[in-house]
Amino acid sequence: MNTKKFQLPAHAPLLGRKAWTAFLLALIAVGFLAPVLNLLVPVGNPLHLSDFAVSLIGKIMCYAICALAMDLIWGYTGILSLGHGLFFALGGYVMGMYLMRQIGQDGNYKSHLPDFMVFLDWKELPWHWTLSDSFVATLLLVVLVPGFIAFVFGYFAFRSRIKGVYFSIITQAMTYAAMLLFFRNETGFGGNNGFTDFKRILDLPIATPGMRMVLFVLTGLTLLGFFLFSRWLVGSKYGRVLMAIRDAETRVMFSGYSPLPYKLSIWVISAVMCGIAGALYVPQVGIINPGEMSAANSIEMAVWAAVGGRGTLIGPIVGAFLVNGAKSWLTVTAPEFWLYFLGALFIVVTLYLPNGVIGLWSKLRHQKGGAA
Amino acid sequence: MKKWMVKGALILGALCSFSAAQALTMDEARGMAVGESDARVEALAQAVSQGDEKTAAYLQALADDVVKIANGQVLVVRDGQGQDPVTGQAVTVPADAEDVMLNNRLRGEIDTALAALKLFSPDVKVRRQAALSLLKEPDASRRPLLDKALASEKDATVQRLVRQARAAAMLGSEALNDRLLAARELADSQQPEILLLLNQQLANEQEPSVKRQIQTSLAAVQDSLRWGERLGTLFTGASLGSILLLVALGLAITYGLMGVINMAHGELMMIGAYATYVVQALFRDHLPGMFDAYLLVAIPVAFITSALVGAVMERTVLQHLYGRPLETLLATWGISLVLMQGVRSLFGAQNVGVENPSWMSGSLQLLPNLQLPWNRVLIIVFAAAVLIGMALLIGKTRLGLFVRGVTQNRPMASCMGVNTARIDTYAFALGSGIAGLAGCALSQVGNVGPDLGQSYIVDSFMVVVLGGVGQLAGTVYAALGLGLANKLLEGWTGAVLAKIAVLVFIIVFIQKRPQGIFAMKGRSAEA
Repeated sequence: MNTKKFQLPAHAPLLGRKAWTAFLLALIAVGFLAPVLNLLVPVGNPLHLSDFAVSLIGKIMCYAICALAMDLIWGYTGILSLGHGLFFALGGYVMGMYLMRQIGQDGNYKSHLPDFMVFLDWKELPWHWTLSDSFVATLLLVVLVPGFIAFVFGYFAFRSRIKGVYFSIITQAMTYAAMLLFFRNETGFGGNNGFTDFKRILDLPIATPGMRMVLFVLTGLTLLGFFLFSRWLVGSKYGRVLMAIRDAETRVMFSGYSPLPYKLSIWVISAVMCGIAGALYVPQVGIINPGEMSAANSIEMAVWAAVGGRGTLIGPIVGAFLVNGAKSWLTVTAPEFWLYFLGALFIVVTLYLPNGVIGLWSKLRHQKGGAA
Repeated sequence: MKKWMVKGALILGALCSFSAAQALTMDEARGMAVGESDARVEALAQAVSQGDEKTAAYLQALADDVVKIANGQVLVVRDGQGQDPVTGQAVTVPADAEDVMLNNRLRGEIDTALAALKLFSPDVKVRRQAALSLLKEPDASRRPLLDKALASEKDATVQRLVRQARAAAMLGSEALNDRLLAARELADSQQPEILLLLNQQLANEQEPSVKRQIQTSLAAVQDSLRWGERLGTLFTGASLGSILLLVALGLAITYGLMGVINMAHGELMMIGAYATYVVQALFRDHLPGMFDAYLLVAIPVAFITSALVGAVMERTVLQHLYGRPLETLLATWGISLVLMQGVRSLFGAQNVGVENPSWMSGSLQLLPNLQLPWNRVLIIVFAAAVLIGMALLIGKTRLGLFVRGVTQNRPMASCMGVNTARIDTYAFALGSGIAGLAGCALSQVGNVGPDLGQSYIVDSFMVVVLGGVGQLAGTVYAALGLGLANKLLEGWTGAVLAKIAVLVFIIVFIQKRPQGIFAMKGRSAEA
């Protein structure tokens, strides 16, 4: 795999012809087929795409964006972050605040304040809610908040050359600290319950089939867009330096590169992608709470990337679909086996499938080709 | 406040009209047993103020729920045998006898009333306890009783306590002089409850001279309590530190010496705690007479169970992953999920109850406001013992020598004939076993459930990272330091913010000093 990538010509095409075809098919599936099958084909028809499937796939596509982000930082740069759950949740919380404001006076207490604030007997919005009534500001903040926090944290961490496991552990500590903070009522993020009971987005009701489909299509397009973007990123000179840092950071430094701007920029990009995924996730599932920041969630993101195949771009997306598909199937049919399955997945993938299912697949294909 | 003042005045009035030192009558006994709660409380207070033996026996019977009433006659029924509480004679229990019911309020009143009567017990210890409990729950109606006790009391400490209890009961008095005297007397009571009482009275007090006296007394009580508070914070800090130390000691071996990131460390602790639970349950079912000794068996069982699980983990998974720390992290996380779910399937998702042996419950009273629970004290001792044991094992034994040798230079140790793979397994099993010991200790202070390990994993890694990899001394300082910092900050900011502050501090600290407080020197530092 790796040698192949290094032999890429300087101006390799973004995707091969086959890959473009697949990409277009995916685009059609997300942007045309899914809406038609869900909204226009009647419920009884075997071709009908159920609402449940739409919301499930929409959710998994958000996860796939996270897995892609994880892959950029871990698969391509060799930095394992256990803090991406934080960025995901931050994006989600920014969007959640906007959605809370959109409820207006239709909450249980008929106040202009969100319900939980009335419940806590607050008289006005805390300062960090100032911009939450504007959709444009929310979109900006979805990018800026995770980006800024990642920048500050990353700058100090990478500057003092914290590497490997140390970095993983302190990202986990950061996420844990943030989770404790968000659990508090007085920080103004709804405490335990977080934000829920959303009613409108852009003054349109949020719980309609049409709106669900709009969010679904948006998520799909974002995922495909990020895929192309990542493809371009790792194919560029910048991407090669990232991989060089992954493989031999000291040599990169001796060749006259400073790893700091590279690591920092990919770290921020990855965090922002996660934040956007979170912002798309919240209106679809209708809730955000501090549980999203638990250590388990961040580590699960790593396993999506690992199962699919680190260091490939299609791998993490496949991994996110496989793992989460299995999760939603197993937690319904045999809930007690889900953790056994997930645990075994972690062990098997690290021991026997270092390149994930994509690696396995290409290996099998090579063997077949060799035999013929 | 107001209520008991009114009640006190009422009782005092009643007392004046009756002659004192009257024995229990059937009317009184009935008055306490039936009727409106208020009337019963009044009857109770009146009976107590006389304080004879029969009243005490009758109150005890009421508290034990063995009083019945039939045809307006009250009788105490113990073991099917009826007794007249006034005359003490045996009577037959009529078939239509009804139980006397107590609500929570009456029950509380009877308990304090019993305490008041205990003031006349022949046992000094009982008298002191009674005086102390009356000091903590002052009631103006008990003043005559306390006066009586004071007159007959010979023991100096009990006398002082009774005087203070009397002062506490007088603090709400109508007479200005009484209040002044009471406030002065309370200055050398070293009870945290008195602070509250004085503050309440300060808020109600109109008279400037009494106000001044209350303020001076308050300051005096606060002064005398300050040391207890300081030592108390120090103790809870040391207690948390000792728990962190136990949790982190195992990691100091597996992560610190071997460099294995074991995310399942918390689950190994959980297994140790469940092993303790199983031993405890076995003792309860089969050896109830020796229940108190179960912990002595549970300690080695917890160690061995966790060590075995650790050895299996090392043999099957971890040994293929040496030198790949990130993969190790993910694989051990997977193992932790499997272990957690395994325990859930075996024991259920609910927390299980682990009962302390009787010698671990109760507490050591050092100062009036400084109580050290025995289980916490013993855990500090236990942590110290484990620490010393481990230091000896690593520093003085052959196995320790091999472990250090393999850590410092694996190829060279191998050349000298050390079976490095086996040493890895032993070392990992040792670290896991110590996690089991930590779990056994945790089962004595907190809940035991499948999620037990999850709540400690971040903390324990923080301890090891802060202390510096490969250093036992660093781990000790970091654990105690974090424990103390956490508890000291808690006083200002509350538990959660304190924790966040500590985490942020560690994150910043590691930026400045990635090698921890105690850096390894020399060649092994680069490894």
